[in-house]
Amino acid sequence: MKIDKNTTLKIAKLCRIKVRDEEIEELSSQLSSILDWVEKLNEVNTDNIEPLNNVSIATLPLRKDKENLQDQSKEVLSNAPEKLENYFAVPKVVE
Amino acid sequence: MEFNTITESLEKINSNKISIVELNDIFINRIKKNKNLNAFIYFDEENISQQIKKIQSSKKNFKLKGIPLAIKDLFCTKNMPTTAGSKILQNFQPSYESHVSQKLLDQGSIFLGKANCDEFAMGSATNTSYYGNTINPISPRGSQLVPGGSSGGSAAAVAANLCLGATGTDTGGSIRQPASFCGVVGIKPTYGLCSRWGIIAFASSLDQAGVFANNIADTAILLREIAGHDNKDSTSANREIPNYFENLNQDMSGKVVGVPKEYILPDIPEDISKIWEQAIKSLERGGVKVKNISLPHTKYALPAYYIIAPAEASSNLARYDGVRYGFRSEEGTSLDEMYELTRSEGFGKEVKRRVLIGTYVLSAGYYEAYYMKAQKVRRLISNDFNEAFNECDFILTPTAPSPAFPIGEKEDDPIKMYLNDIFTVPASLAGIPGISIPFGKSQNGLPLGIQLLSKHFDEQLVLNAGLYLEKNNV
Repeated sequence: MKIDKNTTLKIAKLCRIKVRDEEIEELSSQLSSILDWVEKLNEVNTDNIEPLNNVSIATLPLRKDKENLQDQSKEVLSNAPEKLENYFAVPKVVE
Repeated sequence: MEFNTITESLEKINSNKISIVELNDIFINRIKKNKNLNAFIYFDEENISQQIKKIQSSKKNFKLKGIPLAIKDLFCTKNMPTTAGSKILQNFQPSYESHVSQKLLDQGSIFLGKANCDEFAMGSATNTSYYGNTINPISPRGSQLVPGGSSGGSAAAVAANLCLGATGTDTGGSIRQPASFCGVVGIKPTYGLCSRWGIIAFASSLDQAGVFANNIADTAILLREIAGHDNKDSTSANREIPNYFENLNQDMSGKVVGVPKEYILPDIPEDISKIWEQAIKSLERGGVKVKNISLPHTKYALPAYYIIAPAEASSNLARYDGVRYGFRSEEGTSLDEMYELTRSEGFGKEVKRRVLIGTYVLSAGYYEAYYMKAQKVRRLISNDFNEAFNECDFILTPTAPSPAFPIGEKEDDPIKMYLNDIFTVPASLAGIPGISIPFGKSQNGLPLGIQLLSKHFDEQLVLNAGLYLEKNNV
Protein backbone atom coordinates (compact mmCIF):
# COMPACT_ATOMS: atom_id res chain seq x y z
CA MET A 1 0.00 0.00 0.00
CA LYS A 2 1.37 3.35 -1.05
CA ILE A 3 0.91 5.89 1.71
CA ASP A 4 0.89 9.39 0.27
CA LYS A 5 1.52 12.58 2.20
CA ASN A 6 -2.16 13.27 2.74
CA THR A 7 -2.77 9.82 4.17
CA THR A 8 0.18 10.24 6.54
CA LEU A 9 -1.25 13.55 7.71
CA LYS A 10 -4.69 12.01 8.11
CA ILE A 11 -3.41 9.11 10.25
CA ALA A 12 -1.22 11.48 12.25
CA LYS A 13 -4.29 13.58 12.99
CA LEU A 14 -6.25 10.50 14.05
CA CYS A 15 -3.60 9.56 16.63
CA ARG A 16 -2.85 13.16 17.62
CA ILE A 17 0.79 13.25 16.60
CA LYS A 18 2.04 16.44 14.99
CA VAL A 19 4.17 15.68 11.93
CA ARG A 20 6.52 18.42 10.82
CA ASP A 21 6.61 19.30 7.11
CA GLU A 22 10.18 18.10 6.70
CA GLU A 23 9.27 14.70 8.23
CA ILE A 24 6.29 13.88 6.01
CA GLU A 25 8.13 12.56 2.99
CA GLU A 26 10.46 10.16 4.80
CA LEU A 27 7.68 8.99 7.11
CA SER A 28 5.30 8.32 4.21
CA SER A 29 7.90 6.23 2.44
CA GLN A 30 8.75 4.27 5.60
CA LEU A 31 5.09 3.57 6.31
CA SER A 32 4.61 2.48 2.70
CA SER A 33 7.46 0.00 2.83
CA ILE A 34 6.31 -1.44 6.16
CA LEU A 35 2.79 -1.91 4.78
CA ASP A 36 4.14 -3.41 1.55
CA TRP A 37 6.08 -5.86 3.65
CA VAL A 38 3.17 -6.92 5.90
CA GLU A 39 0.96 -7.39 2.85
CA LYS A 40 2.81 -10.65 2.31
CA LEU A 41 -0.01 -12.03 4.48
CA ASN A 42 -2.30 -11.87 1.45
CA GLU A 43 -0.54 -15.00 0.16
CA VAL A 44 -2.11 -16.97 3.01
CA ASN A 45 -5.52 -18.54 2.55
CA THR A 46 -7.46 -17.70 5.71
CA ASP A 47 -10.95 -18.73 4.55
CA ASN A 48 -12.96 -20.10 7.48
CA ILE A 49 -10.19 -19.37 9.97
CA GLU A 50 -11.25 -17.88 13.28
CA PRO A 51 -9.16 -14.84 14.25
CA LEU A 52 -7.00 -15.48 17.32
CA ASN A 53 -7.06 -12.50 19.64
CA ASN A 54 -6.33 -14.06 22.98
CA VAL A 55 -3.91 -16.88 23.82
CA SER A 56 -4.62 -16.82 27.54
CA ILE A 57 -6.23 -19.93 29.01
CA ALA A 58 -7.69 -17.89 31.86
CA THR A 59 -11.46 -17.56 31.90
CA LEU A 60 -12.84 -14.20 32.86
CA PRO A 61 -13.59 -14.48 36.55
CA LEU A 62 -16.69 -13.13 38.26
CA ARG A 63 -16.38 -11.16 41.45
CA LYS A 64 -18.74 -9.85 44.06
CA ASP A 65 -20.15 -6.48 43.10
CA LYS A 66 -18.74 -4.82 46.18
CA GLU A 67 -17.69 -1.22 46.29
CA ASN A 68 -14.09 -0.53 47.16
CA LEU A 69 -13.91 3.17 47.80
CA GLN A 70 -10.54 4.64 48.45
CA ASP A 71 -9.71 8.28 48.06
CA GLN A 72 -6.53 8.20 45.98
CA SER A 73 -7.00 11.59 44.39
CA LYS A 74 -3.75 12.84 45.87
CA GLU A 75 -1.74 9.98 44.34
CA VAL A 76 -3.64 10.19 41.09
CA LEU A 77 -2.96 13.91 40.77
CA SER A 78 0.64 13.71 41.93
CA ASN A 79 2.04 13.28 38.41
CA ALA A 80 -0.17 15.83 36.67
CA PRO A 81 1.79 18.34 34.56
CA GLU A 82 -0.75 20.93 35.61
CA LYS A 83 -3.49 20.79 38.23
CA LEU A 84 -5.97 23.13 39.78
CA GLU A 85 -7.34 22.27 43.21
CA ASN A 86 -8.48 18.65 42.84
CA TYR A 87 -8.57 18.63 39.04
CA PHE A 88 -6.30 18.07 36.06
CA ALA A 89 -5.90 21.34 34.18
CA VAL A 90 -5.82 21.56 30.38
CA PRO A 91 -5.75 24.46 27.90
CA LYS A 92 -9.06 26.28 27.68
CA VAL A 93 -11.63 24.39 25.55
CA VAL A 94 -14.63 26.72 25.62
CA GLU A 95 -14.22 30.37 24.75
CA MET B 1 34.84 -14.54 45.64
CA GLU B 2 33.14 -13.81 42.34
CA PHE B 3 29.51 -13.72 43.47
CA ASN B 4 27.84 -14.20 40.12
CA THR B 5 25.10 -16.65 40.96
CA ILE B 6 21.99 -16.40 43.11
CA THR B 7 22.35 -19.92 44.51
CA GLU B 8 25.85 -19.24 45.80
CA SER B 9 24.99 -15.78 47.14
CA LEU B 10 21.90 -17.03 48.97
CA GLU B 11 23.98 -19.74 50.58
CA LYS B 12 26.56 -17.18 51.77
CA ILE B 13 23.90 -14.76 53.02
CA ASN B 14 21.93 -17.44 54.84
CA SER B 15 25.01 -18.84 56.54
CA ASN B 16 26.14 -15.30 57.48
CA LYS B 17 29.37 -15.61 55.50
CA ILE B 18 28.57 -12.28 53.92
CA SER B 19 26.17 -9.53 54.95
CA ILE B 20 23.51 -8.05 52.70
CA VAL B 21 25.39 -4.74 52.75
CA GLU B 22 28.67 -6.40 51.76
CA LEU B 23 27.06 -8.38 48.97
CA ASN B 24 25.26 -5.38 47.53
CA ASP B 25 28.34 -3.17 47.84
CA ILE B 26 30.16 -5.48 45.43
CA PHE B 27 27.48 -4.83 42.81
CA ILE B 28 27.11 -1.12 43.57
CA ASN B 29 30.84 -0.69 42.99
CA ARG B 30 30.66 -2.61 39.74
CA ILE B 31 27.80 -0.42 38.55
CA LYS B 32 29.82 2.69 39.36
CA LYS B 33 32.84 1.32 37.48
CA ASN B 34 30.68 0.45 34.47
CA LYS B 35 28.65 3.64 34.09
CA ASN B 36 29.82 3.80 30.48
CA LEU B 37 27.61 0.79 29.64
CA ASN B 38 24.53 2.91 30.40
CA ALA B 39 22.71 -0.18 31.62
CA PHE B 40 20.63 1.77 34.13
CA ILE B 41 18.26 4.69 33.70
CA TYR B 42 17.87 5.06 37.45
CA PHE B 43 20.48 4.19 40.07
CA ASP B 44 20.62 5.76 43.52
CA GLU B 45 22.75 4.42 46.37
CA GLU B 46 20.65 6.04 49.07
CA ASN B 47 17.56 4.29 47.74
CA ILE B 48 19.41 0.95 47.86
CA SER B 49 20.61 1.46 51.43
CA GLN B 50 17.03 2.23 52.54
CA GLN B 51 15.89 -1.05 51.00
CA ILE B 52 18.68 -2.95 52.70
CA LYS B 53 17.78 -1.48 56.11
CA LYS B 54 14.21 -2.63 55.68
CA ILE B 55 15.25 -6.20 54.87
CA GLN B 56 17.78 -6.31 57.72
CA SER B 57 15.22 -5.23 60.29
CA SER B 58 12.68 -7.82 59.15
CA LYS B 59 12.41 -11.25 60.72
CA LYS B 60 10.69 -12.73 57.68
CA ASN B 61 12.03 -15.84 56.02
CA PHE B 62 12.85 -14.38 52.63
CA LYS B 63 13.51 -16.57 49.59
CA LEU B 64 15.65 -13.95 47.83
CA LYS B 65 17.15 -12.32 50.90
CA GLY B 66 19.44 -9.47 49.90
CA ILE B 67 19.73 -10.59 46.27
CA PRO B 68 20.60 -7.58 44.06
CA LEU B 69 18.41 -7.33 40.98
CA ALA B 70 17.86 -4.92 38.09
CA ILE B 71 14.30 -4.06 37.09
CA LYS B 72 13.47 -3.19 33.50
CA ASP B 73 12.19 0.37 33.43
CA LEU B 74 8.88 -0.85 32.05
CA PHE B 75 7.77 -2.13 35.48
CA CYS B 76 6.10 0.49 37.65
CA THR B 77 7.97 0.87 40.91
CA LYS B 78 6.64 2.81 43.85
CA ASN B 79 10.02 3.91 45.16
CA MET B 80 11.76 4.61 41.88
CA PRO B 81 10.75 6.63 38.85
CA THR B 82 9.56 4.71 35.79
CA THR B 83 10.13 6.02 32.28
CA ALA B 84 9.65 3.11 29.83
CA GLY B 85 12.72 4.59 28.13
CA SER B 86 10.58 7.50 26.92
CA LYS B 87 10.78 11.24 27.24
CA ILE B 88 7.01 11.29 27.64
CA LEU B 89 7.38 9.57 31.04
CA GLN B 90 10.40 11.53 32.20
CA ASN B 91 10.05 12.08 35.98
CA PHE B 92 7.01 9.80 36.17
CA GLN B 93 6.70 8.43 39.69
CA PRO B 94 4.17 5.59 39.87
CA SER B 95 1.99 5.51 42.96
CA TYR B 96 1.90 1.72 42.89
CA GLU B 97 4.18 -1.27 42.42
CA SER B 98 3.81 -3.77 39.55
CA HIS B 99 2.66 -7.21 40.68
CA VAL B 100 5.85 -8.91 39.50
CA SER B 101 8.24 -6.45 41.16
CA GLN B 102 6.13 -6.51 44.36
CA LYS B 103 6.55 -10.28 44.50
CA LEU B 104 10.32 -9.88 44.21
CA LEU B 105 10.33 -7.24 46.96
CA ASP B 106 8.19 -9.49 49.18
CA GLN B 107 10.99 -12.07 49.00
CA GLY B 108 13.61 -9.64 50.25
CA SER B 109 15.43 -8.87 47.02
CA ILE B 110 17.15 -5.52 46.55
CA PHE B 111 16.43 -3.39 43.47
CA LEU B 112 19.69 -1.79 42.42
CA GLY B 113 17.98 0.35 39.83
CA LYS B 114 15.86 0.59 36.72
CA ALA B 115 17.38 -0.97 33.63
CA ASN B 116 17.51 0.81 30.30
CA CYS B 117 15.24 -0.41 27.50
CA ASP B 118 13.93 0.57 24.11
CA GLU B 119 11.22 3.20 24.28
CA PHE B 120 8.00 1.45 25.32
CA ALA B 121 9.86 -1.81 24.58
CA MET B 122 9.80 -1.06 20.85
CA GLY B 123 13.16 -2.03 19.47
CA SER B 124 15.76 -4.74 19.10
CA ALA B 125 18.94 -2.87 20.06
CA THR B 126 18.11 -0.62 23.05
CA ASN B 127 18.83 2.23 20.65
CA THR B 128 15.38 3.81 20.80
CA SER B 129 15.70 4.70 24.50
CA TYR B 130 15.47 8.44 25.16
CA TYR B 131 18.18 7.88 27.78
CA GLY B 132 20.79 6.69 25.30
CA ASN B 133 22.12 3.37 23.99
CA THR B 134 23.17 0.62 26.33
CA ILE B 135 26.52 -0.87 25.35
CA ASN B 136 26.90 -4.63 25.27
CA PRO B 137 29.52 -5.53 27.92
CA ILE B 138 30.94 -8.26 25.69
CA SER B 139 31.97 -5.68 23.06
CA PRO B 140 35.56 -6.37 22.00
CA ARG B 141 38.05 -3.61 22.77
CA GLY B 142 37.60 -0.64 20.48
CA SER B 143 34.05 -1.51 19.43
CA GLN B 144 30.59 -0.81 20.76
CA LEU B 145 28.01 -3.50 20.15
CA VAL B 146 24.30 -3.33 20.89
CA PRO B 147 22.98 -5.47 23.76
CA GLY B 148 19.87 -6.38 21.77
CA GLY B 149 16.48 -5.20 22.86
CA SER B 150 14.16 -4.21 24.09
CA SER B 151 15.33 -5.46 27.52
CA GLY B 152 18.95 -4.59 26.65
CA GLY B 153 19.80 -2.85 29.93
CA SER B 154 18.64 -5.89 31.92
CA ALA B 155 20.63 -8.34 29.78
CA ALA B 156 23.75 -6.15 29.83
CA ALA B 157 23.53 -5.67 33.60
CA VAL B 158 23.43 -9.43 34.18
CA ALA B 159 26.18 -10.09 31.64
CA ALA B 160 28.49 -7.48 33.21
CA ASN B 161 27.75 -8.84 36.70
CA LEU B 162 26.17 -5.56 37.81
CA CYS B 163 23.39 -7.61 39.45
CA LEU B 164 22.54 -11.27 40.01
CA GLY B 165 19.37 -11.28 37.96
CA ALA B 166 17.00 -8.95 36.19
CA THR B 167 13.42 -8.66 35.07
CA GLY B 168 12.52 -8.14 31.45
CA THR B 169 9.47 -8.16 29.27
CA ASP B 170 9.09 -9.97 25.97
CA THR B 171 6.50 -9.05 23.36
CA GLY B 172 8.20 -10.45 20.26
CA GLY B 173 11.65 -11.45 21.51
CA SER B 174 12.61 -8.65 23.90
CA ILE B 175 14.04 -11.05 26.50
CA ARG B 176 15.36 -13.89 24.36
CA GLN B 177 17.18 -11.82 21.71
CA PRO B 178 19.14 -9.61 24.20
CA ALA B 179 19.92 -12.73 26.27
CA SER B 180 21.44 -14.23 23.13
CA PHE B 181 23.39 -11.04 22.28
CA CYS B 182 24.82 -10.67 25.81
CA GLY B 183 25.50 -14.34 26.56
CA VAL B 184 23.07 -14.83 29.44
CA VAL B 185 19.96 -16.92 30.06
CA GLY B 186 16.60 -15.28 29.39
CA ILE B 187 13.14 -16.81 29.66
CA LYS B 188 9.81 -15.61 28.29
CA PRO B 189 7.21 -17.71 30.05
CA THR B 190 3.80 -18.74 28.75
CA TYR B 191 1.42 -15.84 28.17
CA GLY B 192 -0.53 -15.67 31.42
CA LEU B 193 2.06 -17.23 33.75
CA CYS B 194 2.88 -13.82 35.24
CA SER B 195 0.66 -10.85 35.92
CA ARG B 196 1.00 -7.88 33.59
CA TRP B 197 -0.44 -5.53 36.20
CA GLY B 198 1.77 -2.50 36.60
CA ILE B 199 3.87 -3.27 33.52
CA ILE B 200 3.62 -0.40 31.06
CA ALA B 201 1.57 -1.88 28.23
CA PHE B 202 2.93 -2.22 24.69
CA ALA B 203 0.90 -4.99 22.99
CA SER B 204 -1.34 -6.52 25.63
CA SER B 205 -2.09 -9.81 23.88
CA LEU B 206 1.65 -10.51 23.57
CA ASP B 207 3.42 -8.77 26.50
CA GLN B 208 4.81 -11.11 29.13
CA ALA B 209 7.23 -10.63 32.02
CA GLY B 210 10.28 -12.83 32.39
CA VAL B 211 13.77 -12.92 33.82
CA PHE B 212 17.47 -12.91 33.00
CA ALA B 213 20.16 -14.71 34.98
CA ASN B 214 23.63 -16.14 34.58
CA ASN B 215 22.51 -19.76 34.59
CA ILE B 216 19.49 -22.04 34.47
CA ALA B 217 19.35 -22.66 38.23
CA ASP B 218 19.09 -18.93 38.98
CA THR B 219 16.55 -18.48 36.19
CA ALA B 220 14.42 -21.25 37.72
CA ILE B 221 14.58 -19.59 41.15
CA LEU B 222 13.56 -16.17 39.87
CA LEU B 223 10.85 -17.47 37.54
CA ARG B 224 9.03 -19.17 40.37
CA GLU B 225 8.98 -15.96 42.38
CA ILE B 226 7.48 -13.80 39.63
CA ALA B 227 4.92 -16.37 38.40
CA GLY B 228 1.38 -16.69 39.68
CA HIS B 229 -2.19 -15.53 39.42
CA ASP B 230 -3.18 -11.97 40.17
CA ASN B 231 -6.76 -10.77 40.58
CA LYS B 232 -5.83 -7.54 38.89
CA ASP B 233 -4.88 -9.25 35.60
CA SER B 234 -7.68 -11.44 34.31
CA THR B 235 -5.38 -12.98 31.67
CA SER B 236 -3.08 -14.36 34.37
CA ALA B 237 -3.65 -18.07 34.83
CA ASN B 238 -4.87 -19.45 38.13
CA ARG B 239 -2.75 -22.53 38.50
CA GLU B 240 -0.19 -24.12 40.76
CA ILE B 241 3.34 -22.82 40.16
CA PRO B 242 5.88 -25.68 40.26
CA ASN B 243 9.14 -25.38 42.14
CA TYR B 244 11.16 -25.11 38.94
CA PHE B 245 14.47 -25.09 40.79
CA GLU B 246 13.88 -28.22 42.88
CA ASN B 247 12.41 -30.00 39.86
CA LEU B 248 15.43 -29.30 37.64
CA ASN B 249 16.49 -32.52 35.97
CA GLN B 250 18.95 -32.67 33.13
CA ASP B 251 18.18 -36.26 32.20
CA MET B 252 16.64 -35.76 28.78
CA SER B 253 16.69 -39.37 27.59
CA GLY B 254 13.54 -40.45 25.81
CA LYS B 255 12.46 -36.89 25.00
CA VAL B 256 11.81 -35.83 21.42
CA VAL B 257 13.19 -32.55 20.11
CA GLY B 258 11.61 -30.95 17.06
CA VAL B 259 13.79 -29.15 14.53
CA PRO B 260 11.64 -26.95 12.28
CA LYS B 261 12.78 -26.86 8.68
CA GLU B 262 11.29 -23.39 8.14
CA TYR B 263 13.90 -21.94 10.50
CA ILE B 264 16.66 -22.96 8.10
CA LEU B 265 17.12 -19.69 6.23
CA PRO B 266 19.52 -19.11 3.34
CA ASP B 267 21.09 -15.93 4.72
CA ILE B 268 21.77 -17.12 8.25
CA PRO B 269 25.50 -16.94 9.08
CA GLU B 270 27.29 -20.25 9.05
CA ASP B 271 28.37 -20.06 12.68
CA ILE B 272 24.73 -19.91 13.77
CA SER B 273 23.79 -22.97 11.72
CA LYS B 274 26.82 -24.67 13.21
CA ILE B 275 25.89 -24.12 16.86
CA TRP B 276 22.34 -25.19 16.06
CA GLU B 277 23.71 -28.43 14.62
CA GLN B 278 25.99 -28.86 17.64
CA ALA B 279 23.11 -28.38 20.08
CA ILE B 280 21.10 -31.03 18.24
CA LYS B 281 24.06 -33.45 18.34
CA SER B 282 24.60 -32.69 22.01
CA LEU B 283 20.97 -33.51 22.85
CA GLU B 284 21.22 -36.68 20.77
CA ARG B 285 24.15 -37.83 22.86
CA GLY B 286 21.94 -37.35 25.90
CA GLY B 287 19.38 -39.80 24.55
CA VAL B 288 17.07 -37.26 22.92
CA LYS B 289 15.36 -38.34 19.72
CA VAL B 290 15.58 -35.76 16.93
CA LYS B 291 12.55 -35.21 14.75
CA ASN B 292 12.36 -32.94 11.72
CA ILE B 293 9.16 -30.96 11.99
CA SER B 294 7.34 -28.34 9.96
CA LEU B 295 5.86 -25.03 11.13
CA PRO B 296 4.53 -24.04 7.70
CA HIS B 297 3.38 -20.48 8.50
CA THR B 298 6.65 -19.36 10.09
CA LYS B 299 7.48 -16.81 7.40
CA TYR B 300 4.21 -15.00 8.02
CA ALA B 301 4.83 -14.55 11.74
CA LEU B 302 6.80 -11.30 11.49
CA PRO B 303 4.35 -9.54 9.13
CA ALA B 304 1.42 -10.66 11.33
CA TYR B 305 3.28 -9.42 14.39
CA TYR B 306 3.98 -6.05 12.79
CA ILE B 307 0.27 -5.53 12.32
CA ILE B 308 -0.96 -6.86 15.67
CA ALA B 309 1.69 -5.30 17.93
CA PRO B 310 1.49 -1.76 16.48
CA ALA B 311 -2.33 -1.96 16.46
CA GLU B 312 -2.42 -2.78 20.15
CA ALA B 313 0.32 -0.25 20.85
CA SER B 314 -1.53 2.57 19.12
CA SER B 315 -4.43 1.90 21.44
CA ASN B 316 -2.34 1.43 24.61
CA LEU B 317 -0.29 4.56 23.96
CA ALA B 318 -3.35 6.74 23.48
CA ARG B 319 -3.20 7.45 27.21
CA TYR B 320 -0.04 9.58 26.90
CA ASP B 321 -1.73 12.87 26.25
CA GLY B 322 0.05 15.26 28.59
CA VAL B 323 -2.94 15.55 30.91
CA ARG B 324 -2.59 13.10 33.78
CA TYR B 325 1.11 12.28 33.94
CA GLY B 326 4.38 12.67 32.17
CA PHE B 327 5.63 15.28 29.78
CA ARG B 328 3.43 18.08 28.40
CA SER B 329 4.51 20.36 25.59
CA GLU B 330 4.60 24.01 26.52
CA GLU B 331 3.81 25.12 22.99
CA GLY B 332 0.18 24.32 22.22
CA THR B 333 -2.54 26.86 22.91
CA SER B 334 -5.61 24.74 22.16
CA LEU B 335 -6.29 21.32 23.72
CA ASP B 336 -5.83 19.51 20.40
CA GLU B 337 -2.57 21.30 19.75
CA MET B 338 -1.37 20.41 23.23
CA TYR B 339 -2.11 16.70 22.58
CA GLU B 340 -0.42 16.72 19.18
CA LEU B 341 2.69 18.56 20.28
CA THR B 342 3.03 16.59 23.51
CA ARG B 343 2.94 13.30 21.62
CA SER B 344 5.14 14.59 18.81
CA GLU B 345 7.83 15.89 21.19
CA GLY B 346 7.39 13.15 23.81
CA PHE B 347 7.59 10.05 21.59
CA GLY B 348 10.66 8.99 19.65
CA LYS B 349 10.74 8.09 15.94
CA GLU B 350 10.17 4.33 16.24
CA VAL B 351 7.26 4.73 18.64
CA LYS B 352 5.65 7.27 16.34
CA ARG B 353 6.08 4.96 13.33
CA ARG B 354 4.40 2.13 15.17
CA VAL B 355 1.55 4.26 16.51
CA LEU B 356 0.94 5.52 12.97
CA ILE B 357 1.01 2.01 11.48
CA GLY B 358 -1.27 0.78 14.26
CA THR B 359 -3.70 3.63 13.73
CA TYR B 360 -3.76 2.95 10.00
CA VAL B 361 -4.41 -0.80 10.24
CA LEU B 362 -7.21 -0.22 12.73
CA SER B 363 -8.81 2.60 10.78
CA ALA B 364 -12.15 2.29 9.02
CA GLY B 365 -11.85 0.44 5.73
CA TYR B 366 -8.53 -1.24 6.59
CA TYR B 367 -9.38 -3.11 9.79
CA GLU B 368 -10.50 -6.29 7.99
CA ALA B 369 -7.71 -6.29 5.44
CA TYR B 370 -4.92 -5.89 7.97
CA TYR B 371 -5.85 -6.47 11.58
CA MET B 372 -8.37 -9.29 11.12
CA LYS B 373 -6.16 -10.91 8.49
CA ALA B 374 -3.21 -10.84 10.89
CA GLN B 375 -5.27 -12.38 13.67
CA LYS B 376 -6.33 -15.18 11.35
CA VAL B 377 -2.72 -15.84 10.42
CA ARG B 378 -1.93 -15.79 14.13
CA ARG B 379 -4.40 -18.66 14.54
CA LEU B 380 -2.60 -20.63 11.81
CA ILE B 381 0.76 -20.05 13.48
CA SER B 382 -0.63 -21.20 16.80
CA ASN B 383 -2.12 -24.29 15.11
CA ASP B 384 1.30 -25.06 13.60
CA PHE B 385 2.78 -25.31 17.09
CA ASN B 386 -0.11 -27.40 18.42
CA GLU B 387 0.40 -29.88 15.62
CA ALA B 388 4.17 -29.90 16.07
CA PHE B 389 3.80 -30.72 19.75
CA ASN B 390 1.92 -33.87 18.79
CA GLU B 391 5.21 -35.08 17.33
CA CYS B 392 7.78 -33.66 19.72
CA ASP B 393 8.17 -32.53 23.34
CA PHE B 394 10.10 -29.36 22.68
CA ILE B 395 11.52 -27.37 19.77
CA LEU B 396 15.10 -26.20 19.23
CA THR B 397 16.04 -23.20 17.07
CA PRO B 398 18.64 -20.44 17.06
CA THR B 399 17.51 -17.41 19.11
CA ALA B 400 18.56 -14.67 16.71
CA PRO B 401 19.73 -14.51 13.10
CA SER B 402 23.03 -12.82 14.03
CA PRO B 403 25.33 -12.15 16.97
CA ALA B 404 25.36 -8.64 18.51
CA PHE B 405 25.99 -5.98 15.87
CA PRO B 406 27.64 -2.55 16.15
CA ILE B 407 25.66 0.38 17.53
CA GLY B 408 24.24 2.40 14.65
CA GLU B 409 23.80 -0.53 12.28
CA LYS B 410 20.30 -1.24 10.84
CA GLU B 411 19.02 2.07 12.20
CA ASP B 412 18.17 3.54 8.82
CA ASP B 413 15.90 0.65 7.84
CA PRO B 414 13.05 -0.31 10.22
CA ILE B 415 12.37 -3.63 8.49
CA LYS B 416 16.00 -4.73 8.77
CA MET B 417 15.75 -4.09 12.50
CA TYR B 418 12.47 -6.01 12.72
CA LEU B 419 14.13 -9.11 11.20
CA ASN B 420 16.08 -9.54 14.45
CA ASP B 421 12.98 -11.17 15.89
CA ILE B 422 12.44 -13.64 13.08
CA PHE B 423 13.01 -16.71 15.33
CA THR B 424 11.37 -15.35 18.48
CA VAL B 425 8.11 -13.80 17.22
CA PRO B 426 6.29 -17.06 16.28
CA ALA B 427 6.35 -18.32 19.90
CA SER B 428 5.10 -14.92 21.10
CA LEU B 429 2.13 -15.10 18.74
CA ALA B 430 1.31 -18.60 20.00
CA GLY B 431 1.83 -17.60 23.65
CA ILE B 432 4.14 -20.55 24.35
CA PRO B 433 7.22 -20.38 26.60
CA GLY B 434 10.67 -19.80 25.15
CA ILE B 435 14.10 -19.63 26.66
CA SER B 436 17.40 -18.51 25.21
CA ILE B 437 20.58 -20.01 26.60
CA PRO B 438 24.14 -19.14 25.63
CA PHE B 439 25.55 -21.86 23.41
CA GLY B 440 28.80 -21.71 21.48
CA LYS B 441 30.42 -18.62 20.03
CA SER B 442 30.49 -16.81 16.70
CA GLN B 443 33.59 -16.78 14.49
CA ASN B 444 34.57 -13.53 16.19
CA GLY B 445 34.10 -14.95 19.66
CA LEU B 446 30.72 -13.32 20.36
CA PRO B 447 28.08 -15.18 22.34
CA LEU B 448 25.28 -16.95 20.48
CA GLY B 449 21.99 -18.24 21.82
CA ILE B 450 19.91 -21.33 21.33
CA GLN B 451 16.15 -21.09 21.78
CA LEU B 452 14.03 -23.83 23.33
CA LEU B 453 10.24 -23.78 23.01
CA SER B 454 7.63 -25.96 24.67
CA LYS B 455 3.88 -26.31 25.19
CA HIS B 456 1.91 -23.78 27.20
CA PHE B 457 2.98 -23.85 30.86
CA ASP B 458 5.72 -26.43 30.31
CA GLU B 459 8.46 -24.05 31.47
CA GLN B 460 10.02 -26.93 33.39
CA LEU B 461 10.86 -28.80 30.20
CA VAL B 462 12.70 -25.90 28.55
CA LEU B 463 14.52 -25.25 31.82
CA ASN B 464 15.55 -28.92 32.00
CA ALA B 465 16.65 -29.03 28.37
CA GLY B 466 18.44 -25.71 28.96
CA LEU B 467 20.23 -27.20 31.94
CA TYR B 468 21.32 -30.16 29.85
CA LEU B 469 22.74 -27.87 27.15
CA GLU B 470 24.36 -25.63 29.77
CA LYS B 471 26.24 -28.65 31.13
CA ASN B 472 27.02 -29.95 27.66
CA ASN B 473 27.96 -26.70 25.94
CA VAL B 474 30.51 -26.72 23.13
